[in-house]
Amino acid sequence: MCGIVGFLAKNTDLRRSLGEFVVPMLTCMGDRGPDSAGLAVFGDPVDPVDPELRRFNLHAPDRRFDWPTFKEQFGNRLGGRIELNALENHAVLISPVEPVRFQAWLTESYPALHLLSTGRVMDVYKDEGHPAEIARRYHFSQLTGTHGVGHTRMATESAVSPAHAHPFTAGEDFCLVHNGSLSNPHNVRRKLEKRGVCFETDNDTEAACRFLEWRMSEGNSLESALQQAFVELDGFYTLLMATADQLILVRDAFACKPAVVAETADYVAISSEYRALAHLPGVKEANIFEPDPEQIYSWTA
Amino acid sequence: MDRLIQLDLGRITVRELNNYLHHELPTNLPVHVEILNPNGMHSLAVGLNVPAEIDIRGHAGYFIAGMNQKANVTVHGNVGWSVAENIMSGTVRVKGCASECAGASGHGGLLFIENDASSRCGISLKGGEIIVGGSVGHMSAFMAQAGTLVVCGDAGANLGDSLYEATIYVGGKIHSLGADAQEEPMTAADIAHVAGLLERVGIRRDAAAFKRVASKRSLYHWHADAGQEY
Repeated sequence: MCGIVGFLAKNTDLRRSLGEFVVPMLTCMGDRGPDSAGLAVFGDPVDPVDPELRRFNLHAPDRRFDWPTFKEQFGNRLGGRIELNALENHAVLISPVEPVRFQAWLTESYPALHLLSTGRVMDVYKDEGHPAEIARRYHFSQLTGTHGVGHTRMATESAVSPAHAHPFTAGEDFCLVHNGSLSNPHNVRRKLEKRGVCFETDNDTEAACRFLEWRMSEGNSLESALQQAFVELDGFYTLLMATADQLILVRDAFACKPAVVAETADYVAISSEYRALAHLPGVKEANIFEPDPEQIYSWTA
Repeated sequence: MDRLIQLDLGRITVRELNNYLHHELPTNLPVHVEILNPNGMHSLAVGLNVPAEIDIRGHAGYFIAGMNQKANVTVHGNVGWSVAENIMSGTVRVKGCASECAGASGHGGLLFIENDASSRCGISLKGGEIIVGGSVGHMSAFMAQAGTLVVCGDAGANLGDSLYEATIYVGGKIHSLGADAQEEPMTAADIAHVAGLLERVGIRRDAAAFKRVASKRSLYHWHADAGQEY
C-alpha cells in the first residue's frame, strides 16, 4: 500500500498556497505509506529567456552536509552563473551546466550526493521518515507553484531509502509516483539497459518512469508513451505523473489501486482516498470521480 | 416519534462512534442517528445489529455499514471501497456513487446505490439484493453465488465472470460478459422480480426492458477433455 496525491491550481491565486493544500493531503496519506515520502513541485522557470539555466535538486545523506564547500568546488570545476539554495540535506542548484557534465562531475567528486531531479521548473524532495515529518523538515507548506505530485510509501518490493522513495524522475521536468507493484520491472529494465538507459535503483517504479521517459525521448508524446506502457507494464498501478505544464493520471486495466479526483473551477486535486481531499475548500461541491481503467486523464497548468 | 441522536466525527473518533452504536444505543424506542462530518472516514457504522435509522451526512470512506444486520443506513454522499460488505439484513442506501466492491460477499438485505458503482460490484454475492441506479464497472458480480444484482445503467467488461446462481439484470448496455455468463430471456417471474425491486427503491423503469444474465453452468465441473484451455 502507498498513497499518492496531486494538486493543480487552475486559479492562479492558489499557486501561492500550493504547499498549504498539499501538506494535509500528504500527511493524511501517511496512513497508507509511513516509511518515506516525497513531493515534486512545478513553478516558474529560473530564467524565462535562458533555456540553459536549469534547476538541479540534490539530496545529501548527511543533514549537516557542507554545501558552501560544494558550491565552491562546483564553481572551480564547472564555472558559470551559479546559485545554491540549501535546506539541511536538500539543495537546489541553479546553473547553466550541461546535465551530463554535471552528473559526471558529481559521480566523480561527490558520489554520496544523489541528483533528485533536473529541469527548468521542477523541484523534488524525498526522504525517509513519516510524511508529516518530511513535510516539516523541508517546509513543504511554504512551497508555491502551478502543480505538484506527492507520494507516501509503504515499501513492499525494494529497500526503504531516500533514493527508493517517490517521486521518480527521468530526463527533465518529468516525474512519476506509483501506487501498486509491477511484476515485470526487470524485463522492462533489461530492455532499456540494452538501449543505454541507466538506472539508479532496483525499484519497480523506476522502470515505469524510465520506460515512459525513454519513449518520450524517442519522440512520443506522453499520451502515446502511456498507451505503450499499458502493453509493456505488467502489474498493478495507479500512476500520477507531472511534466512542466501537465498533470497526468492513469490506472491499470484491473484498477485495483485506488484514486479519487476532485475538480472545481479553481483546482484539480487527486488522492488515493477521498479523506485526504476532505479539507479542501469547495470540495463538497466539486466534481468527484474515480478514474476508469486504462483511461488517460490530463490537466494543463 | 423517533429519538434523534447526533454524533459528530469532528468531536469523537470512529472507534467511539462504533462503540456507541454497538453498546449504548437505546433499545426501548425507535432510534434515529445522524453521523456528521464523515469526511471520507472508513468503517463507519459497521457491524450494527439493531433496527436503527442511521444517516451519514456527507462523503464517507471504505467499509461503510459492513456486516449490517437490521439497521437502515443512508449515506448522503459518495462512499469508498466495499460499502455494505457482507451485509446480512437491513438496508444500506448510498445517495451518491460507490467505489469498488460494493456489497461484496453480501448474504442478505438490500444495498441501493442511487448513482454509479465502480468495478467488482456484488463480487462473491451470496444472497440479498443490490440495486444500482446508474452503471457498474468491470468484473461486477464476479463469482456471485446467490442473490440479485440490478443495474439500471450500463455494465462494464466481464460482467458475471465465473457466475454461480446469482441473477443479474441490466437496463442498459453490457460491455461484455465474463466467462460462463450468458444472457437469457426475461420470464414473467423475472419481470415481476425486477419490477418489485425497482418499486421498492422508487425507480420508475420498465422492468420488461431489462436483460437477464445468469450462469451457463459450464464451469461447474472439471472437464478433462477441455484440454485445460481454461
